[in-house]
Amino acid sequence: MKPVLSTQPPCLVITLAVLAVSACATTANNPKDPLESFNRAMFSVNEGIDVVVKPVAKGYDAAAPLPVKVAIGNFFGNIWDVWTAANNLLQGKGQDAVSDVGRVLINTTVGIGGVFDVASEMGMTKHTEDFGQTLGKWGVGDGPYFYWPIIGPRTTRDSFGWLVDTYYDPVWRINDVPLRNSLAATRFIDVRASLLPSDKVVEDAAFDKYSYIRDAYLQHRRNEIYDGTPPRERFDD
Amino acid sequence: MQKMNLFRENRMKSFLSLLFGLFLVTTAVLAQDRGPDAMVRQVTEDVLTVVRQDKDIQGGNTRKAMELVESKVLPYFNFQRMTSLAVGRDWRTATPEQKKRLSEEFKTLLVRTYSNALTSYKNQTVNYKPSKLQASDTDVLVKTEIVQPGSKPVQLDYALEKQGDSWKVYDVIVAGVSLVTNYRDTFNQEIRNNGIDGLIQMLVNRNKQLETGKK
Repeated sequence: MKPVLSTQPPCLVITLAVLAVSACATTANNPKDPLESFNRAMFSVNEGIDVVVKPVAKGYDAAAPLPVKVAIGNFFGNIWDVWTAANNLLQGKGQDAVSDVGRVLINTTVGIGGVFDVASEMGMTKHTEDFGQTLGKWGVGDGPYFYWPIIGPRTTRDSFGWLVDTYYDPVWRINDVPLRNSLAATRFIDVRASLLPSDKVVEDAAFDKYSYIRDAYLQHRRNEIYDGTPPRERFDD
Repeated sequence: MQKMNLFRENRMKSFLSLLFGLFLVTTAVLAQDRGPDAMVRQVTEDVLTVVRQDKDIQGGNTRKAMELVESKVLPYFNFQRMTSLAVGRDWRTATPEQKKRLSEEFKTLLVRTYSNALTSYKNQTVNYKPSKLQASDTDVLVKTEIVQPGSKPVQLDYALEKQGDSWKVYDVIVAGVSLVTNYRDTFNQEIRNNGIDGLIQMLVNRNKQLETGKK
């Protein structure tokens, strides 16, 4: 596969990646995944954590009625829309940014604090952006792939993007610590619950869950950076 | 002149069967002539209509979902092409017999995956994005999205290729992830280690394992 974007990562990312690569000498044979043995170890750590998280997510999924889950999803979606607007602006997509700000204004007021996504019903498309996508748009390449505990798959660029996302994340900026923690925990479980249907599909479809998730993640991110219309890859067969 | 007789005799039953016959002929013609976007819409709506009414499928009955997919969806897919894309370069080295077996086994696996996705259906609706198609196109991407309350719509695209008069799907892309090429690395590695027959065996084992693990 050709590199998707030109590679010019900032110094910090390079340093991080180089440190990580030299820290664990790997028998790498996949150019996309030079840290495979480290990543596989982290992957099993996560599978272990999920033994506890998944039943909680299942319980939440079973106990909460659909309108409640939708409201929770909308509430956190509305908060994220602020950051999406900022990233759209950073990517030079002014029109999208204006629409995102409009969404937040409408959903926070008419949508009662964001629990109703009135803006989508009015035809204002929901975008999802993060800082990793912004870096991608700016031409920063993927860098080596990582699998982190708790946060899961990220390329080097997206790991850095995730740090910035978290720094600006309104939920993590709340001063009231118990409130902040319960919001973050609720969001975490809500996200995990939303992934429950894909679990079964991946379990069945994948020969090797680790590499199936890695390859899917890389394709998915490429698609996101191109806002859903990546150049089509032609495969020789 | 047969038609005239029918009208003269005014036999309602015959008239109805004639109408029905005409209807069949027209739909058959339409099915050949319609564009790939119309085809995707038709097949999707047909499947959703069944799933919306079928409590068994909604309750997780994979077997029943698979029967639905086999009857309604399979005729519009080109599995040989899908398999060749998943295998990549080594496809050329496979014998016709190996190609046939690979396609069969890969088809079984994909049908199960796709059917499983259907069993998690909950009130989603599908939006069909307008596609800019030209009459001369022979390879197109039809874009749809699955809308579910509380989260961002999920992109679901179909790549289709023209074969004679009809269009066949050769790739399904969910949220940017091709269900077909996502296998490429795994398949290539297996071929490197154990050859094409090794890959066939890997698929056979997997399908058997999934078959016995299910109700």
